[in-house]
Amino acid sequence: MIKLDAVLALEDGTTYKGRGFGTMTEKTGEVVFNTGMTGYTESLTDASYAGQILVQTYPLIGNYGVPLGRLDRFGFPTGRESHRVQVQGYVVSQISSAPSHWSSNATLHGWLQRMGVPGIYGLDTRRLTKKLRTRGVMLGILKVGPEIDERELAAKTDEIPDPNLKDLVAGVSTKETVTHGDGEPRVALIDCGVKLGIIRCLLERGAEVVQLPYDATADQVASHEPDGIIVSNGPGDPEVCQSTIKTLGALMEGDTPIMGVCLGQQLMALAAGAAKYKLKYGHRGQNHPCGCLANGRSYITSQNHGYGIDADSLRGTGFEPYFVHLNDGTLEGIRHKSKPFFAVQFHPEGSPGPLDASHLFDEFMEEMA
Amino acid sequence: MPPNKDIKKVLLLGSGAIKIGEAGEFDYSGAQAIKALKEEGIKTVLVNPNIATIQTDEKFVDKVHFLPVTADYVERVILQEHPDATLLGFGGQTALNCGVELAEKGVLERHGVEILGTGIEAIELADNREAFRGLMIRHGVPVPRSGKASSVEEALSVAEDIGYPVMVRVAYTLGGQGSGVAQNAKELTDITRLGIIHSRIGQVLVEEYLGHWKEVEYEVLRDKLDNCSIVCNMENLDPMGIHTGDSIVVAPSQTLNNDEYQTLRTACFKVVRALGIVGECNVQFALDPEGDDYRVIEVNSRLSRSSALASKATGYPIAYVAAKLSLGYTLPELVNKVTGVTTAFFEPSLDYVVVKMPRWDFPKFRRVDREIGTQMKSVGEAMAIGRSFKEALQKAVRMAQPGSELTEAENGFTDPTTLREALKTPTDRRLFEVAQAYRLGLETDEIHGVTGIDSWFLEHIRDLVWLRDRMGGELTRDKLHAAKQNGFSDAVIAEAYGIDESAVRGLRHQWNIVPAVKQIDTMAAEWPSSTNYLYMTYSGDEDDITFSDKDKAVVLGSGSYRIGSSVEFDWCCVNMAWSLKDNGVEEVIMVNYNPETVSTDYDVLDKLYLEELTLERVLDIVEKENPRGVVVSVGGQTPNNLALGLHHNGINILGTPAEDIDRAENRARFSALLDELGVKQPLWAMLESMEQAQDFASQIGYPVLIRPSYVLSGSAMSVAHSSDQLTAYLRHAAEVSHDSPVTISRFVKGAKEVEVDGVCDGENVHLGPVIEHIENAGVHSGDATMVIPTLTLPQLLKHKVKETSRKIARALGIRGPFNIQFLVKDGEAYVIECNLRASRSMPFVSKATGVNLMELAAVAALGGGIAEGDAEPLKHGVKSPMFSFMRLDKAEPLTGVEMASTGEVACFGRSFREAFLDSLVASGVRLPGPGDTILVTVGGNKTQAVEIARKAHAKGFRIAATRNTAEAIKTGGVPCRAVHKVSEGGTPNILDMLENHEIQLVVNTPNQDRLDSRTVSDGYRIRRKTVEYGIPLITNLELASMLVDML
Repeated sequence: MIKLDAVLALEDGTTYKGRGFGTMTEKTGEVVFNTGMTGYTESLTDASYAGQILVQTYPLIGNYGVPLGRLDRFGFPTGRESHRVQVQGYVVSQISSAPSHWSSNATLHGWLQRMGVPGIYGLDTRRLTKKLRTRGVMLGILKVGPEIDERELAAKTDEIPDPNLKDLVAGVSTKETVTHGDGEPRVALIDCGVKLGIIRCLLERGAEVVQLPYDATADQVASHEPDGIIVSNGPGDPEVCQSTIKTLGALMEGDTPIMGVCLGQQLMALAAGAAKYKLKYGHRGQNHPCGCLANGRSYITSQNHGYGIDADSLRGTGFEPYFVHLNDGTLEGIRHKSKPFFAVQFHPEGSPGPLDASHLFDEFMEEMA
Repeated sequence: MPPNKDIKKVLLLGSGAIKIGEAGEFDYSGAQAIKALKEEGIKTVLVNPNIATIQTDEKFVDKVHFLPVTADYVERVILQEHPDATLLGFGGQTALNCGVELAEKGVLERHGVEILGTGIEAIELADNREAFRGLMIRHGVPVPRSGKASSVEEALSVAEDIGYPVMVRVAYTLGGQGSGVAQNAKELTDITRLGIIHSRIGQVLVEEYLGHWKEVEYEVLRDKLDNCSIVCNMENLDPMGIHTGDSIVVAPSQTLNNDEYQTLRTACFKVVRALGIVGECNVQFALDPEGDDYRVIEVNSRLSRSSALASKATGYPIAYVAAKLSLGYTLPELVNKVTGVTTAFFEPSLDYVVVKMPRWDFPKFRRVDREIGTQMKSVGEAMAIGRSFKEALQKAVRMAQPGSELTEAENGFTDPTTLREALKTPTDRRLFEVAQAYRLGLETDEIHGVTGIDSWFLEHIRDLVWLRDRMGGELTRDKLHAAKQNGFSDAVIAEAYGIDESAVRGLRHQWNIVPAVKQIDTMAAEWPSSTNYLYMTYSGDEDDITFSDKDKAVVLGSGSYRIGSSVEFDWCCVNMAWSLKDNGVEEVIMVNYNPETVSTDYDVLDKLYLEELTLERVLDIVEKENPRGVVVSVGGQTPNNLALGLHHNGINILGTPAEDIDRAENRARFSALLDELGVKQPLWAMLESMEQAQDFASQIGYPVLIRPSYVLSGSAMSVAHSSDQLTAYLRHAAEVSHDSPVTISRFVKGAKEVEVDGVCDGENVHLGPVIEHIENAGVHSGDATMVIPTLTLPQLLKHKVKETSRKIARALGIRGPFNIQFLVKDGEAYVIECNLRASRSMPFVSKATGVNLMELAAVAALGGGIAEGDAEPLKHGVKSPMFSFMRLDKAEPLTGVEMASTGEVACFGRSFREAFLDSLVASGVRLPGPGDTILVTVGGNKTQAVEIARKAHAKGFRIAATRNTAEAIKTGGVPCRAVHKVSEGGTPNILDMLENHEIQLVVNTPNQDRLDSRTVSDGYRIRRKTVEYGIPLITNLELASMLVDML
């Protein structure tokens, strides 16, 4: 189908040659891998991947095509977590040229072409994954086009801007306040690049969701008289989001229930005085086991984060560990010792991935009741 | 430590003989359970008569009882062993049904035996379809609309409500036995009548038919704290309507999006919570291909074929973990054995694709219906791993049927019209017919419409056909590389470009096109692992492992289970591997691709390549690993056939040199050697032409035996009773074995058959006991009832058999295992066959004598010396075949020179009688008791029939017989009821009596001279009805006579 060359060059100077799909262009980003086996449309539209080039470890991608123009019962595009493709580039072993699904009306190639995103296939993605695991995530350039000079591209990797220094959240957050649903309770959503899945989970439970820009002030949030506040997921280094941290600091003075998801947890923890750190190669996949310290149960969770909160730094913040990762012991959830605040590093809304911990939304609803 | 420290001894129930629907997967799952218990210091007592399994090895399990897995036998074991608890989920439906019966009879409670893991209520709920259905509806999980029926009338009334077509499912059954689709009332009546009989509770379920919906399975784990996880999901390439055991299965699912995947995953958890599963559970779904509707179709509350496949597909040891959960562990407490550091509570992420291909053996059966559907008919399976679907699919085809290729021409169909029609009826050839359809110009939409196969799969097949057709011209590096990435073998490429296969290999080396070795690590490379579970792919440019210069040996496995090659060879392979290790080999590497085996458990060996057993792939592995040699002699004929090729490529064969193997395998060469040694053999000649064959046959007199070279389990081996039969058989033989000579020998009527297993180090010979067959020669040794020590063989002759065996072993310079078969007639022993490899009976002989032949074979293979010896059995032992005729519609349930049994059992006793009767019961024969009726119907000479009737009558049995046999029996002075054959038109006829269970044993032999596979004879009708109604059928008069003596 596609006869374009493609090269992925990493900051350590190594290059991976493959064939191109999607848009003929050149993009830079932080190269990360995800081990999920389904859910590529959800991953590609997840704003937490903004600034990143995504490597899929499952080798056959695009099998069930892309549903274009289909809306779910909330009026959101089906199979999407935002209204656009968020990744800088996409790296797969094989891309399906003949997808098959009743809901599909486009190929992955066609969709990425339309969305201006380059893709590369036909390379040893396992080798690449092992490299990222060993060396840690790296910056890279993905170029799709005819006659690519590998050496020239490799030379350019020194000048790749680190997306984590940029205010990525500003680029993916809503610019204006939008209200979804008209039920109760009313949830103020601080949108740092929210996955539609989070909004769907709240709407399913009957809530009204007021989606606010990431830099809304505490007063602006309070002006909507919310019964609860949810801080969304989002891309990049949490420390860049100083305005949101400030807002949260103020909101946590009060008693309105607050739930955080992913970046939301990091921002709440930072606002409370805890410290963040960067994981070597992050947690990105749908098979991450987390233990709940409150009930002794364990859950398989969907994850997508490159930063974490240092558990020791929670001391004196009023927060205590809530969930831990069963493989590496990292902090996966926090909750306040006396106030109705909690947050998780994983994605209880799944999308893509399991919904095993979606009861957390029920708990949030109960807090607001 | 396990939470319950009171448990010190556990009773584990096995699955008995290999049969269609219950195969080697339960050796694997049972072996894992034993391993899990052993780690806790818990002793395991195993009941399993399957002698050829690894789980029944004394070095594996603490105590084994080779007894039938039935409630009364198991109760006796409980009385003797006093176990604290029992595990019911590791021996298939056989163990589960036995456990339910033990619980219902109060046996477990009476003896204080606790059921570990999933409780009896959950087991019963999962197996009782009506109760299950109600439970699912209460928990909001959709199930097909249906109703239960305990009679034909009830079934018809349910179907009226639902509307035809309807699916009929049988409660409490193995492998979908008795199930079927009914298009109308007539079909429903037929299926229901049989189904009610097969069901343990006399019940069928009539339900909404979901033909062409996607079929998807999930393997679910749940612990006592309600932590749940999915190990693997799998999508059947063949949609609903074809039993999952007969479907091509792909892991993980390929055409499900995130919503569908998660919807079904969430439903799984609802199912296991509703049932109260603790351990493992398999959930099968039907998924609407045109919307988001779904149904739960079936649940297996135990380890299953699918769970074994999922284990091998992911590297996650499901059975081991399930055993730990049954003991009370929670999932997060257990460690992922692959990484060694992460938790067992996670969901494996694959970075490859797995294709499971069923293996059918229809050509082995006369008259059999090749249609596949809701009843499982395959006898084995192969599992292939690749980084692309095309690569994995092509591998899987070659694995399931060595020598075949997906893109080979399907010559049966040359015009689209016939093919279109043929595709409507799925058979074992469907995949090849689809490929042919593309060749004949059919479009994906049309093929999808007829077969229901998702077009995602079809388009890959189309691409492969297209790629194959475009091959030709000059072979360039790019073309070769692309062909290899798409899974084409060197052989196919060679054929397409008109060069030798070795030339393709040469070019690959020249252009550096070699497969990469990748690890199966459960985590898609996210965590480092030192896993030794490997596969090869051309979609990769880096090996995951480095190759040490350790002293290594490669053991080639046996591939898919099939008629004639089953778990016994896996026992041999694993024991060989262990013994090589014991004898100082630093690293033993196994190559095999059968997911139903212990040998593909990466945990039992140093290194496992889940790879093809072709010369191409074995050379690829040898080139990477550089071992000191390869063992070809313990995996049956598949690896044995590679001996010469490996030898010609300069690879060292560990064991008997390739040239010597050929001397024994090549019939003509072997016969000449026997003449040279002065060893007697039946008159023989090598076939040069049809005329010569006819001349020779009439000269030595019919019947004659026709044997091709290089075959196992009697493929194309036949007895011809007439000139016409000879002509027909010769045509068939020529099709099976093209390049090798075919020999004809005199078929000695009324001869005994005996055989010997042994090991030779080139000089010294260790022999097992002489094994006597109860059936006279003419029944394939795999289908014969074997007895040790011998029953009738004179001491002198026994001595002679052993001396001859030694002579042959030395003359052939055997360095490893061998098996020699003899005919005994009029005080003389004639050699009929010698195999320079492990034989089917070696596990039996090893376990009966306490001398493990594989341990000796390993020493010999490494060039060491063994002691001259003769092992004798410690007790009386009888090995009986297990037939699966019931599963194979229309198959003629007769034994002959071609093997037909799917498995075997062996039992031991202080007397022959004890061992013999136990063994028969273990092979599924329900023994008749006094007052029961035995039907005797014998073609040809009636002398033996009269004797059998006389003995049976004297023991209080009633005799029934068809007209001619009845007359003979009455003339012999034995009271006998004459019954009508169908062709005689009277009622009640014999079939009615069978249906009404008025007959408890059938002794039937046809007149061999008149046996014709084209007409439906009365005898055939009787035999089919007998097996379909689960009534014991004995088709051999020697066996029948022995049975009547022993009853």
